[in-house]
Amino acid sequence: MGSSITQQIFQQIVNGLSLGSIYALIALGYTMVYGIVKLINFAHGDIMMVGAYSGWFAITVLHLPFLPALIFAMVSCALLGVIIERIAYKPLRNATRIAALITAIGVSLFLEYGGMLLVTPQVRTYPPVFPETMYSIYGVIFKYGDIVMLVTSVVLMVLLHITVQYTKMGKAMRAVSFDKDAALLMGINTNNIISFTFAIGSALAAAAGVLMGVYFNTIDPLMGIIPGLKAFVAAVLGGIGIIPGAMVGGLMLGLIESIVSGFGASTWRDAVAFLILILVLIVKPSGLFGKNVREKV
Amino acid sequence: MPLLKIDNLSKSFGGLKAVSNLNIEINEGELIGLIGPNGAGKTTVFNLLTGVYDKTEGKISFLDKELSGLKPYQVTQLGMARTFQNIRLFSDLSVIENVKIAYHQRTSYSLASALLRLPSYYVGEDEMQRKAMDLLKIFKLEDKAEETAKNLPYGEQRRLEIARALGTEPKLLLLDEPAAGMNPQETQDLMNLIRWIREHFKLTILLIEHDMSLVMGVCERIYVLDYGMIIAEGAPDEIKSNPKVIEAYLGEEVV
Amino acid sequence: MRNWFNRQNIVALLGIVLLYAVVQGLIVFDIMPPFYKLTLIQICIYIILATSLNLINGITGQFSIGHAGFMAVGAYISAIITAIQHGPLLVGLLGGAIVAALAGFLVGLPTLRLKGDYLAIATLGFGEIVRIIFLNTEYVGGAAGFTLPSKITWTWAFALMAISVVLMKNFVGSTHGRACISIRENEIAAESMGVNTTKYKVMAFTMGAFFAGLAGGIYANYFYIIQPMTFNFLLSFNILVMIVLGGLGSMTGGILGAIVMTLASALLAGVPEWRNIITAVLLVLMMIFRPTGILGTKEFSLSFLGKKGDKNAASKN
Repeated sequence: MGSSITQQIFQQIVNGLSLGSIYALIALGYTMVYGIVKLINFAHGDIMMVGAYSGWFAITVLHLPFLPALIFAMVSCALLGVIIERIAYKPLRNATRIAALITAIGVSLFLEYGGMLLVTPQVRTYPPVFPETMYSIYGVIFKYGDIVMLVTSVVLMVLLHITVQYTKMGKAMRAVSFDKDAALLMGINTNNIISFTFAIGSALAAAAGVLMGVYFNTIDPLMGIIPGLKAFVAAVLGGIGIIPGAMVGGLMLGLIESIVSGFGASTWRDAVAFLILILVLIVKPSGLFGKNVREKV
Repeated sequence: MPLLKIDNLSKSFGGLKAVSNLNIEINEGELIGLIGPNGAGKTTVFNLLTGVYDKTEGKISFLDKELSGLKPYQVTQLGMARTFQNIRLFSDLSVIENVKIAYHQRTSYSLASALLRLPSYYVGEDEMQRKAMDLLKIFKLEDKAEETAKNLPYGEQRRLEIARALGTEPKLLLLDEPAAGMNPQETQDLMNLIRWIREHFKLTILLIEHDMSLVMGVCERIYVLDYGMIIAEGAPDEIKSNPKVIEAYLGEEVV
Repeated sequence: MRNWFNRQNIVALLGIVLLYAVVQGLIVFDIMPPFYKLTLIQICIYIILATSLNLINGITGQFSIGHAGFMAVGAYISAIITAIQHGPLLVGLLGGAIVAALAGFLVGLPTLRLKGDYLAIATLGFGEIVRIIFLNTEYVGGAAGFTLPSKITWTWAFALMAISVVLMKNFVGSTHGRACISIRENEIAAESMGVNTTKYKVMAFTMGAFFAGLAGGIYANYFYIIQPMTFNFLLSFNILVMIVLGGLGSMTGGILGAIVMTLASALLAGVPEWRNIITAVLLVLMMIFRPTGILGTKEFSLSFLGKKGDKNAASKN
């Protein structure tokens, strides 16, 4: 009796981590973009959706196996992210916050309704890409797919970490997010760095989209809305603008959601994210890893 | 009994001690200067006085009342008003609207009266309009009453900030670098204006300034701040020849 | 009292009464097609929603994007009072508005120290939480919602809209409204000039929520059915677009935006898929090329009807 409850808990933890790693991948894009241009990219969740569809296209039409399909989706969305930034966000870099926010929401709506027009609201199914093998460790069930998902997420996050911390581009990214004007004066091409950031963020979102397609099997044009909002909460939880924060926030949110769902309150699982959001904003708006910045009087 | 008495005031931001063991006394009607190199903590003192910052240690007494944990609007209501180092006007509002807001706390009619346009609304608005215009006339801004504040030339914006502060009917006026960016003629006019408003409104004035001609010409007593501590205090002549002061400024010309 | 009867107010009053009478006449004599009447009442509802959001966002400068949540509270509470408890319509409407105002107070208070983006997200979260709560409450029908009789007439809708707009305009034109505007312009300076910024920020939220709740009550008691999914983020966003389109900070701009967008939506009702895409594209274009909206912060005023200098009751002599 006792072991089956522990098993259930561990099962929820496994589920939570899988879900959480998807949230983390999306949250990373939010946090990187916010860190560099102080914009909440509302369209980010929808880029994830486009990624899911690109992956679906690669698998069903181009008959690519999992990894090439993933890369195909990531590259397409990286391109999409750069295009969106250049067309819609760049002109508003010096505009008011409200204007930028409305534009981001406008882009989001454009992707959603455009998607509905293009591929119809009908759901598509992801064909099974992985063998159905299941592994059982102490009674906790791991699907082959779960393991691939976790590994993919971890690998991508490690790659991101290496890029940001150890490459020249990464250093430039950190410089621009710290002080855009100073970076410009130091000879950094801020426009390129910003585009690069959007590209990486979108690529990660695309990966999350493909993984979601594999995990949940169905995709539809509005699939990006709720996970997008939740991933955003995860980014705020960890500290918006802080990369490790997004990873931790995503995993935490996934875990909490799984546990709440495990207790049978699944209709409330969406509310969990928002309650966490309100709590964070009231108790410590700068998030787990964030610092409070005072306005100079 | 001094109007303002600061005892052992200190403020730390984490490990950084911005202001240490400050002792300042200002009597009613005095015109006091607060000078020091950049970063000495002068604006921090203003922020501590007006409640923008919470003090770490020490006591502030204003009009015999201890100021502790008060919010800025409460300090203003007690009779302390200030201007800002970087102009903080209500840029998109008109000149007269800027001043009318200062009268909000003193001439307020109820919310119900506002919503239903009861007689007290009209009385209140008339009074605010009259008082605001009178103030603008003193500052020679009455022709520009309907002008948008951000369109005014720099010197007039600074004058407007002072006018606005006076709208709160203060007893103590804190001026933060009122002459910043002004040419010698404007500075001279400002000196006359400061002396005049002190007389006319029965004010006590504490001012932060870098322009030595203004400080030496107008202040009766001067406190010198360096690295958050007072290094000298006295009449302008004493301060001029004080070696510690000269050292702190490191060769800056004291006229 | 005699202050009320200046030239501008009389002209405005005549205009309002005329507008009401014309439409009412068309309805009474059965000339008005039902779809037109529906659109007109919708316009009244959205005018209240837009101007009340403007109180929070445009006038006080607080970034609130969860207005549908306040509307939902007003809608459901009023529906409970009128349909389930069989109370009179006015009690229902006021009850809904008052509870919504309470919600506004509860949202405004803890979010005070949040600025800009953070405040926006918090209000977004609030709006969603309200929707999810009603979604999970069986007493009000859960996801399916419930039906109720339609008691709102053109008279009700127009009268409530006119009264709401007048009250809000009176607020903005008073010292209390100026206090809110000063917070928008420069919060630190406002506080230093003696304005209790906490009190006024909460007041803005409470008032904005009150009128949103009233609008919700009108909506619920007109459209026969009330469902949680109506009060989603998209609705909050549409109201936001209305006031940005009309000009943030302008009460008349809000009215204009509400009218334009409701009419546009009605005109494009036949092609819903394209309507949404067109809205999205137009929105982005507007943000890029004219972010201040049609009127900016200017108000349309009838002051040209008065004597020179008549705008302030006391002249400048």
